[in-house]
Parts: sequence; C-alpha cells; structure tokens
Amino acid sequence: MSLVRAQALSKVYDAAGVPVQAVRAVTFDIEPGAFVAFVGPSGSGKTTLLNLIGVLDRPTGGRLSVVDTDVTALGRREAARFRGEHLGFVFQDFNLIPVLTAAENIEYPLLMVQGRPAAERRERVRRLLEAVGIAELAHKRPDQLSGGQKQRVAVARALVTNPKLVLADEPTANLDSATAHHVMELMRSMKEQFGTTFIFSTHDPRVMDVAEVTFRLTDGSLEQDGPTGSASHG
Amino acid sequence: MVNVMRIAARNLWRYQRRTLLTSLLIALGILAVLLFEGVAGSFKNLMIGQITDSMLGHLQVHRAGYVASIENLPLNLNLEPTQLERLEELLRGMPQVEAWSARIKFGALFSNFSETTNVRLMGVDPQAEARTVPLLRGRVVHGGTEGPLLVPGRLLVPELLARAMKINVGDTVVLVATNQDGSVNGQTFVVGGILASATGPGGRDGYLHIADARTLLRMAEPEVSEVAIRLRSLDDVRAVQAALSAALDGVADPQGQAAFEVHPWEALSPFVTIARMIDLMNVFIQVMLIGIVLISIMNVMMMAVFERVREIGTIAAIGTQPLRILWLFVAEGLLLGLLGAAAGTVISLAALWALNLAKLTFAFGMQDKLVLAPTIAAGDVLFIGALAVATAVLASLQPALRAARMDPIQALHHV
Ligand SMILES: Nc1ncnc2c1ncn2[C@@H]1O[C@H](COP(=O)(O)OP(=O)(O)OP(=O)(O)O)[C@@H](O)[C@H]1O
Ligand SMILES: [Mg+2]
Repeated sequence: MSLVRAQALSKVYDAAGVPVQAVRAVTFDIEPGAFVAFVGPSGSGKTTLLNLIGVLDRPTGGRLSVVDTDVTALGRREAARFRGEHLGFVFQDFNLIPVLTAAENIEYPLLMVQGRPAAERRERVRRLLEAVGIAELAHKRPDQLSGGQKQRVAVARALVTNPKLVLADEPTANLDSATAHHVMELMRSMKEQFGTTFIFSTHDPRVMDVAEVTFRLTDGSLEQDGPTGSASHG
Repeated sequence: MVNVMRIAARNLWRYQRRTLLTSLLIALGILAVLLFEGVAGSFKNLMIGQITDSMLGHLQVHRAGYVASIENLPLNLNLEPTQLERLEELLRGMPQVEAWSARIKFGALFSNFSETTNVRLMGVDPQAEARTVPLLRGRVVHGGTEGPLLVPGRLLVPELLARAMKINVGDTVVLVATNQDGSVNGQTFVVGGILASATGPGGRDGYLHIADARTLLRMAEPEVSEVAIRLRSLDDVRAVQAALSAALDGVADPQGQAAFEVHPWEALSPFVTIARMIDLMNVFIQVMLIGIVLISIMNVMMMAVFERVREIGTIAAIGTQPLRILWLFVAEGLLLGLLGAAAGTVISLAALWALNLAKLTFAFGMQDKLVLAPTIAAGDVLFIGALAVATAVLASLQPALRAARMDPIQALHHV
C-alpha cells in the first residue's frame, strides 16, 4: 500500500475572482521509505502540492490518501490531530519557537501535541539530539544558533514523534550550498536510520541530486523520473 | 497546563519592557482603586461613626408617625409605658443589641434672665445614653468630664447657644416648656457642661436628665419620644431592623393603627447620601480599573498575536490543537494580570501603610482633626486583585481566539 496516493488531485485558487489552477489533476503514488523531491520553477505548484499532502490545505478536486487515511474529508481539528500523529514538517525558515531551547523545541511536539510522559520525552529528545549531531547545543536558544544548526534542530523536531512522513518545503533555500548539502545528507541518513519517508520541494539542482525519486512540476502538471515512484498525467 | 504557563512566562520575559509597562499600568489602576477605597472607606466609616455614635445610634424606634413630624417634636406621639416595656423586652432578647437609650425630646424656651431663645432638648438616662452614643461624653468641652455625664438639675448646653447667650458652666438658667395639655411650666437648671456641636440632626440639642424632663413636662406616666439602639456591629442593622419590625408590626395602638416605627440610622441622617456617593464612586473607579486592564491587556495581546503569526502558523502546522493555542495566549494574559495585581497590591498596601504613618487629619462638618486611618479589608484587596486578573483573562480571550482560528498556511506565509 502506498503511503501517499493522489488521484486526479487538483487545487484551484480563487485570486480575486480569477481562478488559478495551481495543481492540475495530478496522479501519483509514494511508497513508504521513499526520498522524494518535487522540483519545478517558481509558481509551478510545489508548495501547493506539499500543503495538500501535509493536510494543511484541502484539494478542490480528486482524491488524496495519506497514511491510509482519506485526508480530503478531515475537519480542522481532525486535520491537526492527523498532522500531529503522522506527519513531521521542516520549514524553509526553520520556524523554531524563539523562547524555547533547542532541546525544548525538539520536545515540543511530544509535549504540546502528543502529550507523552516525561521519561519518554527525555529519552527521545536525547536520541534525536545525537542523531542530528547537536547534543552540545541542547540548551541554546534559536537566536544563538546558525542557520544550519537551526535546520538540524528543525529536522530533529520533525522526526521526534516517529512520523510516517516528513514534509519539507524548500528546506535548504535559506542555507549556503555546503550547509544545504549537509542538511540533505542528514535527512537522507535519518531516512535510513528511522525508515521515515521524506518529501521535499526544491529548485536547487544540487539538492535534487540527493533525491531518489523526483517529480517535475510544470504549471501544476506532473512528470516523473527516478526508480521508485509512479506518475501519470491526469 | 504547566507547559502552557511556562511558554507564556517565557514570552512575557522575552518582551520585558512591554510586560513591565503593562503590569505597571494594571498596578497603578489597582493602586488607585485600593487607595480610594481605603481613604474614602475610612472617611465613610468615620463619618458614619460620628453620626451614629454621637447622637443617632444605629436604629431608632418611635411611635408610628413620629419621624414624619419630628421637626415639631410632638409630645402627643410618645411611646407609652406598656409599649416601651414591650420593646425593651424584645431588645433584651436580641444578642446583636449592645445598648439602648429611651429619650424624651421636646422644645423649650431657654432664658439666662436677660435673654430668651428656643432650644431643643433631650431628656436621657445618662448611663444608658452614654452606652448608646459613646461619643457624647467627648463632646462635653467645658465642665464635668469626670463623674456621671449628667445629674438631675444639671443641663448640658449646646456650644452655639452658650456662646450666643454668654453662658458658662455653673450659671443658672431657666427652661420653660409647653406640656402636652397646653399648659406651661418653668424650672431652673445649673449649666453642667457645654456641648460641642455634632454634624447631623440632633447635633445641637441640649441634654438634661430624663427625670427632670418628666417633671418639667409634668408627665403623669413615664412616656418616651424615642428609643435609640446601639448594635454590636453595624453590619447587623438590616437584620435587627427586620426582626424588630416583624415583632412590632402586629402591635396596634388603641386606635387600631400600627403602634411602632423602626428606622435605621440611614433613614434619619441626610449624610447617608455621602456614604452612598462614596460607594458609587467605588463602583466607578472599579469600572475604570476594568477599563484600564481591558484596554491594556487587549492591546498588548493583540500585539503579541500579530508579532507571532508565523510562530502560531508553525505550531498549528505541526499539530497543536486550536484550543491549546488559545490557552497559550490566555495564559499570557492571565500571567500579566497576576503580575500587575500582585505588584499593585504590594504598592497599595505600602501606600496605605505610609498614609497611616502620616496621620492625616480632616474635618467633617463641625468636627475637625479627625485622624484619617485608611484601612482596607483583606476581602476587598482579594476582590480587586481577582477583578483585575479576571478582566485580564477576559481581555486576552479575543486575541487568543484570533490566534487559535488562524489558518496555518496563511500564518506561515505571513511576513
Ligand atoms: N493563496 C493563493 N491564492 C491565489 N493563488 C495562489 C495562492 N497560493 C499560490 N497561488 C498560485 O498558485 C500557483 C502555484 O503556487 P505555489 O506557491 O504552489 O508555487 P511554488 O512552486 O511553490 O513556487 P515557488 O518556487 O516560488 O515557491 C502560483 O501561480 C501562485 O501564484
Ligand atoms: Mg513554494
């Protein structure tokens, strides 16, 4: 069973009365454990598609199932619960909570979303701090961290709940290329280590190289290259 | 909940200046309320004390219809001996009652042998009167401060009258009074003391012994015009009034009319309006406090929500429930309120303490040099603090709701 299955998935925005076709009836499957990139020029619909898969937005047409759940039918609170339960997010601007330390940021989803017991939280945070290689920065606040360090904390935060799927919209856009490469390598090794599926968007060719499956978006339509996915035009 | 509070506290700490200013504003509001309540409240209590303890008592019982024509000091509306007995029987059975004094009120001509004027007089049993209105003794400015307040044959003359008629302690004067049957009787008295005026009705009455009053008025029976009652606590006025009224209501006079009327001090003194005014101003100033807290917290929480739109988008995206986001911001408002309330209470208590040390004095009507001793009940302090905190929570609700309802995508792309 695919982890993500989109069938004729569409999203039409209403821009002041003018309909904008951001995603045009795309159909694709993503298997568990895949390392997937959506690439394409600006405005091609990458963010829109990732928002749909991330259950942050609702499609205007087609079907979408994520982790065996028909996510098109979820209400606001169910969607939040679903995201907290099954998904992890890495953002372009890192989006750490400024008043929390690195360790507390990583702990946040366990504490404030899933409400896990203290011992379990401590253990998982410790594991993740080590996994992303920033154990010595555990008690630093975000404003004391470099961009690469922040994104490592963000990756750890996305992974701490053992999600099935991590979504990352342009995770390296605000990093220099060496750091970008390190962060991508980190995500890939996390995928190996935890078996998590990663879906990210980018228009950085060096980042694309790391992907195992690449979907190309052009003006909201999809084409695929790479071995483990399947796509067709709807 | 602890975690929500911790994050809220960190955010307040992050914007220290704003937090400090807002809680200071709340603290100032609380200072204004508590200072006003302390000062005005103690002024009010002093005033009430002056009124009730120098002549009125806490409650008065008369023959029905007496108070309506009190200006004339009618002698045909007295309580008869059986009625008085019945009332005293009742009063003895009431634990809230501390003392009472039966009085005869009447008007007379007052002469120093060269001049004559009118005077209002009160015939009292000195011991009962002293226990019922304990400030009376303090009003005797010249003459017998020791020994009994009043003995038969002596008169306490109001100060204004004594000054106008050039009368001193020890002088002999004549009182001429019209009796109930219309005849006139005169009697000489020795001035036993000069009485400072008190503010309010009866504040410029002269005093004589009740036995003298009866002789002067040639009363066949020991009638009285009024019974003034002192309670152990001012808080019991309503209850005792109700109990007395209920017990006396069924009693009819020979004509079949209700025999008694019971009045609390408020119904007898015009100064009750000042007391009411002070209470009303208390309410006004509390409303102002609510306004200050409402506006400042709402304003600062709006800012907090606006500044943290992307942060809200982030925590919403990673699955934080809207209700939890709501609490994060309400908790900030709550903590701000608590901070302001705590600071305000500390500052206020310090200010009240300083005011007490300063021993400010003020004048009320005829009395001056009344020492202002502002105090405030612990219950009032807690109430005002709770009011500020509750208002702070209420004020943060609207901004918090906005945060909780944000769409994560829009919030994340907010710049
Ligand atoms: N909220 C919106 N309302 C109207 N149109 C929108 C909205 N969001 C996106 N669009 C439009 O949808 C199309 C796809 O946008 P999207 O942001 O998904 O592209 P993208 O591939 O992520 O671009 P970029 O590389 O610049 O981030 C664009 O034409 C964009 O203008
Ligand atoms: Mg985009």
